[in-house]
Amino acid sequence: MASGLFRFSSPASFFPLAGRLVPVFGWLAALLALAGLYIGFVVAPTDFQQGESYRIIFIHVPAAWMAMFTYLVIAGWSAASFIWNTRLSAMMAQALAPTGAMFAFVSLWSGAFWGRPTWGTYWVWDARLTSTLILLFLYLGLMALRSAIEDPRRADRACAVLALVGSVNVPIIYFSVQWWNTLHQGASVSLTTAPKMAETMLAGMLVMGLAAWAYTIAASLHRVRSIILEREGHTRWAQELMR
Amino acid sequence: MIEWLSMGGYAYYVWMSYGMLAIAIIVELFSLSARRRRALELVAQTGEEANFAEEAT
Repeated sequence: MASGLFRFSSPASFFPLAGRLVPVFGWLAALLALAGLYIGFVVAPTDFQQGESYRIIFIHVPAAWMAMFTYLVIAGWSAASFIWNTRLSAMMAQALAPTGAMFAFVSLWSGAFWGRPTWGTYWVWDARLTSTLILLFLYLGLMALRSAIEDPRRADRACAVLALVGSVNVPIIYFSVQWWNTLHQGASVSLTTAPKMAETMLAGMLVMGLAAWAYTIAASLHRVRSIILEREGHTRWAQELMR
Repeated sequence: MIEWLSMGGYAYYVWMSYGMLAIAIIVELFSLSARRRRALELVAQTGEEANFAEEAT
């Protein structure tokens, strides 16, 4: 079992596997996004309070979920690279950061354009918004730290520390609406209570959430292949790929 | 169609949000393929250098 798991932890054997998975998750993301947009714009009814402006929810919430979750996955890969000293774990952490940053940015941007018609302002320094901005800065910090350190193995360790320390921010974002008085509304969907929204709205949001998952997997696997080539390109197996 | 695009008067906010997501995804897809191209060039380059080194010895 252990040998089965660790078999793909070598970049040389993971490279072709990732190559096969990229189109699978890429197409899955496209189909789920189409289905989610259809539910979101055609099936889901107009909100009785917010009118059509609420339709931003179908990208805002999945983007925010994905940004938080991706950071936790990065922290997980970072911990793995610390414990087992596996190169591929650090490469996966590196590959996920730009996509996580993209989703953090989109959640802030779409939130601003939702806040303006509903709250009357694009931005407030409320706990949810501020901690999400910090999440974006953590992503940018991870990428900047990586490019500032020449030796990739030292960069791996430095980025792993930042990723693990920074992960304390994720529960702060998640619980910010409970811990502080925020302008941002509380959770509409939680594991413990019934969702406070129409079923079709919820369905659209969940399908878009799955699309974001599939997209993140496809993008990070595509990027990790480039990272493997960048870092292992001098090795015999990589050179043999080119013949 | 026009009515749908107007989003009940919220067109600016809705399409600014969706538009930015579309731009962000397009930018990321371009950067992914550019990075792949650079990585492949790098591998080819180190291969040539290694070949030269072999020939020299």
